Amino acid sequence: MAFVSIRDLRVAFSGVPVLHGIDLDIARGEAVGLVGESGCGKSVTWLAALGLLPGKARVTGSVTLDGEELIGASRRAVEKVRGARIAMIFQDPSSSLNPVHRIGRQIGESLALHRGLRGAAARAEAIRLLDMVGIPSAAKRIDLYPHEFSGGQCQRIMIAMALAGQPDLLIADEPTTALDATIQAQILDLLARLRHETGMAMVFISHDLGAVSSICDRATVMYAGRIVERAEIGALFRAPMHPYTRGLFDAIPDLDAERARLAPIEGTVPDPKALPAGCAFSPRCVRANGFCRMEEPDLKPQPNGGEVACFYPIPAPQREEAFA
Amino acid sequence: MIRFVFLKLARALLTILLVMTFAFVVLRLSGDPAQIMLGPDAPQDAIDAFRARWGFDDPLWRQYLAYLGQILRGDFGVSMRDGSAAIDLVMERVPATLALTVPALVLKLAIGIPAGVYAALHRESIADRGVIMASIFGFTIPSFVLGLVLVLIFSITFDLLPSGGQDTWRHAILPILTMSIGGIGILARFSRSAMIEVLGQPYIRTAMAKGLPWRDVVWRHALPNAAVPIVTLVGFMLGSLIAGAVVVESIFSWPGVGRLIVVSVANRDLAVVQCLLLVIAATMVIANLLVDFTYGLLDPRLRSARPAH
Repeated sequence: MAFVSIRDLRVAFSGVPVLHGIDLDIARGEAVGLVGESGCGKSVTWLAALGLLPGKARVTGSVTLDGEELIGASRRAVEKVRGARIAMIFQDPSSSLNPVHRIGRQIGESLALHRGLRGAAARAEAIRLLDMVGIPSAAKRIDLYPHEFSGGQCQRIMIAMALAGQPDLLIADEPTTALDATIQAQILDLLARLRHETGMAMVFISHDLGAVSSICDRATVMYAGRIVERAEIGALFRAPMHPYTRGLFDAIPDLDAERARLAPIEGTVPDPKALPAGCAFSPRCVRANGFCRMEEPDLKPQPNGGEVACFYPIPAPQREEAFA
Repeated sequence: MIRFVFLKLARALLTILLVMTFAFVVLRLSGDPAQIMLGPDAPQDAIDAFRARWGFDDPLWRQYLAYLGQILRGDFGVSMRDGSAAIDLVMERVPATLALTVPALVLKLAIGIPAGVYAALHRESIADRGVIMASIFGFTIPSFVLGLVLVLIFSITFDLLPSGGQDTWRHAILPILTMSIGGIGILARFSRSAMIEVLGQPYIRTAMAKGLPWRDVVWRHALPNAAVPIVTLVGFMLGSLIAGAVVVESIFSWPGVGRLIVVSVANRDLAVVQCLLLVIAATMVIANLLVDFTYGLLDPRLRSARPAH
C-alpha cells in the first residue's frame, strides 16, 4: 500500500514545462531508484513534491502523503512534512551544510523541531546520530564547522541530520555523485544499512544504474520529464525494454567481459523549450520510425510486471542475447 | 588567531606610515607654503624668515625625520596661521562632524539593510522594483545636487528647515538627509544582491528541507551568511565618518572637519593638513581592522585562514 502517491505531477519553469505528468507510488519501507541523465526531471519531481522549487516554478497535479494532499497545501502544513515525514539529502554535501554554524547546532535544529529535544539531550542524540553514520570521535567533533570535514563526511552529517527527524521516507538526490569512488561505495553501504536498521522507505535518485541496483528494490527510468520504464530491479537488469534504458546499461563498463568500446547514447537530452514531436527519445533512438516521431507512447503494463512507454520495446529474446 | 591579529595590526601601522609619508612629501613638493601663507607681494626677507622659522631650508629627509620624531613624542605640530596646536584644531571640529555622520550612518543602516533584505525576499514584486528604483535614484544623484535640491524644497519653497549653520538640531536635518540618501541606496542595493546570492545557496534548500519555518531559514541561515559582504560596505562607511562630509559641510556651512580640510589645504597649513590626514587614515584603518575581525566572528572559515594577499 503506497503511503506517498504522486499523480500527474507537472512542473513548468517560466511557462516552459519540464515535468509532463509523473505518476509514482512509494510503499512503506521500500527503496525505489529514480534513474536518468541530468536534466530529465528526477530531482525536480521531489523538490516539487516538497515545495522546495523557486517561486517561478508552477506545480500542478497531486502528491499525497497518507492521503494528505501536499500540492497547494499551506506553507505550515508542508513544513510539518519536511524533515519529519520526508527528509531529503543532496548532491553536493559540502555546500549543503551552512558554513557559519557548527554541525552540532545544525543537527540540533532538526532534533528541536521534530522531536522537541534541547540542550544536553539534543547534544547526546546528535552524537549518537553522528556515531551511527560513522563519524569517528563524534563527541569531540560535534562542535566543528562543515569546512573542517571532508565531502564524504559532510554527506554522512547530512544523513545524520535527515535521520534526526525519524522520517518515513528519505529522498537521496544523487548523494554520491560529488564523491570519490571509494567514498561512494561507503555512502551506499551506509544508506543500505540505515534503511534496514530504521525501516524507512528510500528514493534513490541517480544516473548510476549500478548504485541504484545495490540499494533499490525497483527502479523508475525517466527521460525528458516523463517516466519511460519501470520494473523490479532484477527484471530491469535482465531485460531492459525501453531503448533508453538499454542505452544506459550499454554505457556501463562490464568488468567481466572482454575489452570492448562502451556504447554511449548518441546525442543529448532535448531542451525542454524545444521538445521533439512524438516520443522525446525518438531522435536518439535506433529503433524509432516515422510513427514514433508523431505519436507519444503511454506507459503500458508488460508481461514481466513492469511498465514501458515505447511503441517498439526491445523484445525478450533479443534482450536475453544482449546479456548472454 | 594571534598571528592573524598581529599581521593585521602590522599592516594597519604600515598603512598609516605610508599615508603620512606620502602626505608629507606631496605637500612640500606641490607649492611653497611661505609664498601662499604670506601672499604674492611679501618681501623676500619675510619669506626667508618664515622659511627659517618653520625649517623649510633643511633637506627634505631631515624635515621628514624631525616630523616622525615629533609624531612619536605625540607632538603633531602647530598651525602656521595662528600657532595653536594642530591636533587641538582638528579635535575641536570632530564632534561637529560626528554630529552629522553618525546619525547619517544610523539612518543608512536602519533603512538600507532592511529595505534590501525585504526586496530580496519579495523578488520581482512591486516592492522589489520600488526599492531598486529608489536606490538607483539615491546613489546616482550627487550630494551637491541633492543638498541644493533639498534646500530649494525645504528651506526656500516651504520654509520648514534652515539652509545652513549649526545653531540648533533642526540645522542638522538637511545635511544628515543629504548624506544618508546615497548610502541608503547603495546599502539597499548591496544587501539585496547579497541576500539573493545567499538564498540561492544549497544550504538554504537544506534548511527548508529540514522543515524549518521560513522565518527561521531567513534569520538563522540566510542573514548570517549575507552579513559578510554587507559588513565590508558598512566598514567603508564607518571609515568615512570623519572625512565623508567635506561636500555636505561646505554646502550647509557646517563647521566640521570637512570645512577645516578645505581651508587648511587652500592655505597650505602643513601641520594641520598632515594631522587631518593622519586622523582620517587612522579612522579608515581602524574601520578596516574592525571589518577584518568581524569577518572572523561571522565566518569560521576566515578565522583559521591565512590573510589573503
